[in-house]
Amino acid sequence: MTSADKQPAPLFPHRHLLGIEGLSPSDITSLLDLADTYVEQNRQVDKKGNVLRGRTQINLFFEASTRTQSSFELAGKRLGADVMNMSVSSSSVKKGETLIDTAVTLNAMHPDLIIIRHQNSGAVELLSQKVSCAVINAGDGAHEHPTQALLDALTIRRRKGRLEGLRVAICGDILHSRVARSNILLLNAMGARVRVVGPPTLMPVGIERLGVEVFHDMKKGLEGVDIVMMLRLQLERMAGSYVPSQREYFHFYGLDYSKLAHAKPDALVMHPGPMNRGVEIDSAVADDIDRSLIREQVEMGVAVRMAVLDALSRNLPNELPLSGGRS
Amino acid sequence: MSRTAFVNARLIDPASGYDEKGNLLVEDGMIADLGSQLFSDGLPDGVEVVDCGGKVLAPGLIDCRVFTGEPGAEHRETLALSSKAAAAGGVTTMIVMPNTDPVIDDVALVDFIERRARDTAIVNVHTMAALTKGLHGDQMTEIGLLRDAGAVGFTDGVKAVANAQLMRRVLSYAAHVGALVVQHAEEPALATGVMNESELAGRLGLAGTPAISETIMIERDLRLLELTGGRYHVSQISCEASVDIIRRAKTRGLPVTCGVSAAHLQLNENDVQSYRTFFKLSPPLRAEQDRLALVAGLADGTIDVIVSSHDPQDPEVKRRPFAEANFGAIGLETLLPAGLALVHNGDLPLGRLLAALTCIPSDLLGLGRGRLVTGLPADLVLIDTEVPWRLDPANLKSISKNTPFEDRLFQGRALRTMVGGRTVYVHGEDAGR
Repeated sequence: MTSADKQPAPLFPHRHLLGIEGLSPSDITSLLDLADTYVEQNRQVDKKGNVLRGRTQINLFFEASTRTQSSFELAGKRLGADVMNMSVSSSSVKKGETLIDTAVTLNAMHPDLIIIRHQNSGAVELLSQKVSCAVINAGDGAHEHPTQALLDALTIRRRKGRLEGLRVAICGDILHSRVARSNILLLNAMGARVRVVGPPTLMPVGIERLGVEVFHDMKKGLEGVDIVMMLRLQLERMAGSYVPSQREYFHFYGLDYSKLAHAKPDALVMHPGPMNRGVEIDSAVADDIDRSLIREQVEMGVAVRMAVLDALSRNLPNELPLSGGRS
Repeated sequence: MSRTAFVNARLIDPASGYDEKGNLLVEDGMIADLGSQLFSDGLPDGVEVVDCGGKVLAPGLIDCRVFTGEPGAEHRETLALSSKAAAAGGVTTMIVMPNTDPVIDDVALVDFIERRARDTAIVNVHTMAALTKGLHGDQMTEIGLLRDAGAVGFTDGVKAVANAQLMRRVLSYAAHVGALVVQHAEEPALATGVMNESELAGRLGLAGTPAISETIMIERDLRLLELTGGRYHVSQISCEASVDIIRRAKTRGLPVTCGVSAAHLQLNENDVQSYRTFFKLSPPLRAEQDRLALVAGLADGTIDVIVSSHDPQDPEVKRRPFAEANFGAIGLETLLPAGLALVHNGDLPLGRLLAALTCIPSDLLGLGRGRLVTGLPADLVLIDTEVPWRLDPANLKSISKNTPFEDRLFQGRALRTMVGGRTVYVHGEDAGR
């Protein structure tokens, strides 16, 4: 009860990071500013910090992910935390109750931070209600992936110097994309103008009411944009259920130089990875060092996750309750 | 000879519109007499007297859509436990759905339910039998024999009969037998979501089930019904367009009726916010505009009956991520209070509410109950329409606590419930068996 003495207003006034929804522009700016400092630290020979020394971080991934999990792992280790990775394949556990049981079990080990990815929307929020530590959403179903949106914003801000007023086109499978949702929320909150581009079958109903312009013609959608953000399209969705074929999808919605030519001359290309080269993005565009930010996004990912871990850990209690037990 | 005298009551018979201060005498399980002049010469000797204190005495409620866990999932709720919840909600007759394990698709199983209910339940229980064997949607059940065994209607419960050819034959055959066909109107290929398809579903990243999944099925069935004749009932409608379709069909004279759940009259899709699985229903809660249309449809008689769609689910299947959780909410004990909320809002008169819960379902299913008429079984509910209270799930009789009305403030409730002359519930006392 006395943990609030001598402390100024918190940098990030939230216990968890469950999504971009609910964050204020100043929350977002604080995280991005903090992340900027970690970008510099990560470029030094000695990358090791100690703000998380003594803290335990658990990466709980119910859905396989190489890059997000390793990014969080590296972020935690560079801040001095003890990091444990748990990959729980959905086939090997019974669904549902095991999810909550897993959380309760892990919680009993007194972690300070749990990073969770789950294939179902809302699962991370559900788990956050069952644990006493800080929870970071590393992607839940088709709902949110807040650290991806933050790293995208950091990447854009460092290249363009701002977010406000930029035109950003998010292209591809909007329907199933948590990356799209988090990015729409974040970019709108920061004053960018967001377009979504894709076939009607891959657009959620009522998407325009999230404050975006909807385009089904990619060339028109890219007209005059500063940033082209491509999304991954899962291959099984291209076999006739949502779009007729990979070939047809690439023809109309794959990013190549001819479509990119409709964007601003200095427009930059982003992709959250992993890419389906030749399906949603042409290899030459993806690897164009003048246009593609894809590798930079990965670098920013580590810095942003360090910032989030740091910010949330500042809100953690520094002393255990006197009774020694957590209820 | 047991006799009970209800005195000082406001007697309401929704079927006739009778609404007067008066008294009512129950003798040997039947309504023996009633009226404002009854007992004007004094009470007879040896009767139990219930002073109603001016409260409403009405026919007991009839709930056309109740799921129990018996047989097969008794841990969710047995017929006995559901009947206690029913009694506490003023429900004197519940119609149980065939979605059990095994499925009620055979004469012996209808018989099983009837016997179990007779031996264990404290309210009247009737069965709706399956329309198709095993609820698989490909072969019709023995509709005639099942009806003779006591099934009051035929439905696949939470599943739609999707095969149009089979539905045509079922309607045609049921018309000849005189059986009521009850459809769960959801085109399965479109109803693949977990909530209403809407902007909110998009925001939450949840797959949506569009309203057209319902309207397509109803419109298809109405076309078939024009060919076959017979009696067709939509167990629950959920959207504005369905209200319009049913209204037009009734104007054209088609033999169609429909129901709505109390939850759909009180709640909308926004209640799903933050992935609350107790609001995961089938059909899904829809937009506020749909809710308003349902209320209007009930008020103007387009919608015939209100149901609870009582569906007990245990925590293991509800405390899950939204997409993985089971559908369904309990509702026997909130059917009347949720309905009364509409009356207090001025959306419909008390008589209309009670009709949709008593005489209309009785006539729909041929139960011969649901009226304050001398000679009928004394299924009665004493209602305080005004008392304010807060719903605490711990106080519910249902052992499954998946109510969407947790902590809700209600106005009005059942005070006393009588089934066939036997008092099965008194508010504040545990009067169960």
